[in-house]
Amino acid sequence: MHGFANPARFLRLARWLMPALLVPGLVLSLGALAWGLALAPPDHLMGVTVKILFIHVPCVWLGMAGWSTIAISSIAELVWRHPLAGIAARAAAVPGAVFTALGLITGSIWGRPTWGTWWVWDGRLTSFLILLFLYFGYIALSDAAQRDAGAGGPGAGGAGRVAAIFGLVGAINIPIINRSVVWWNSLHQPPSITMGKSAIDGTYLWPLLIAALGFSLVFGGVVLARMRMLLAEIQTEARLRRKALG
Amino acid sequence: MHERIDQWEFVWAALAIGVVGTLVMVGWSLWAMMRAERRRDSVRRK
Repeated sequence: MHGFANPARFLRLARWLMPALLVPGLVLSLGALAWGLALAPPDHLMGVTVKILFIHVPCVWLGMAGWSTIAISSIAELVWRHPLAGIAARAAAVPGAVFTALGLITGSIWGRPTWGTWWVWDGRLTSFLILLFLYFGYIALSDAAQRDAGAGGPGAGGAGRVAAIFGLVGAINIPIINRSVVWWNSLHQPPSITMGKSAIDGTYLWPLLIAALGFSLVFGGVVLARMRMLLAEIQTEARLRRKALG
Repeated sequence: MHERIDQWEFVWAALAIGVVGTLVMVGWSLWAMMRAERRRDSVRRK
């Protein structure tokens, strides 16, 4: 893992890996959405709104995967002091927040014709809304940490650690989201896909899995792009500071 | 009183928001990355 701690080595890898994730990711996700839209038949209960699930489910998965990335990177930052771990965590925050927001919006649009309401304050929806607020808090904290580090403030390292601890503590919400439909009464259906089992018919399952794979690749490509951006900003700040000091 | 709902309108709205949101995020991230790397390279050259 520490082999990629060297930013130059990481940048060499990211330069070819980023387009290698983004291009097939966009092709797969758009192709799977078109497949679901054109070929998946209406469901006997949901009607044609079942087609919304091909975008809603990947967004929700990636909202949770984004925070899992933050939590794992935060452990690597706190325990092993891996130099790129904090950057990876910060890079995952914005795409994670975007997919969480898209999951909430597309879910709400699905709920109106299916449940008859845009929103209910049940365990699943509320815990997922809390995840979005956690993302906002993490982005604000980590931005403050980087500003402090850029200014050479004495608390720069401390602020970075506070963001990492926040990332770890916030991970408590991920199993709560996952188990909310089992623990509490909810309009939301129980999990349809569990380890090795699926209650979804193959007609819907395959485009759903391909869409999930495609969006996951896009997520990975965006995280790499944002890591390159953050690294470039840190290198610029460091060079400007050295010049200012003479 | 029953409300008539055209389900397709909801399908199109969800897909449009999801796809446009994802594409805007990809475009914005690539643009921000290129801008940051251009700035770093210009500072290096000075």
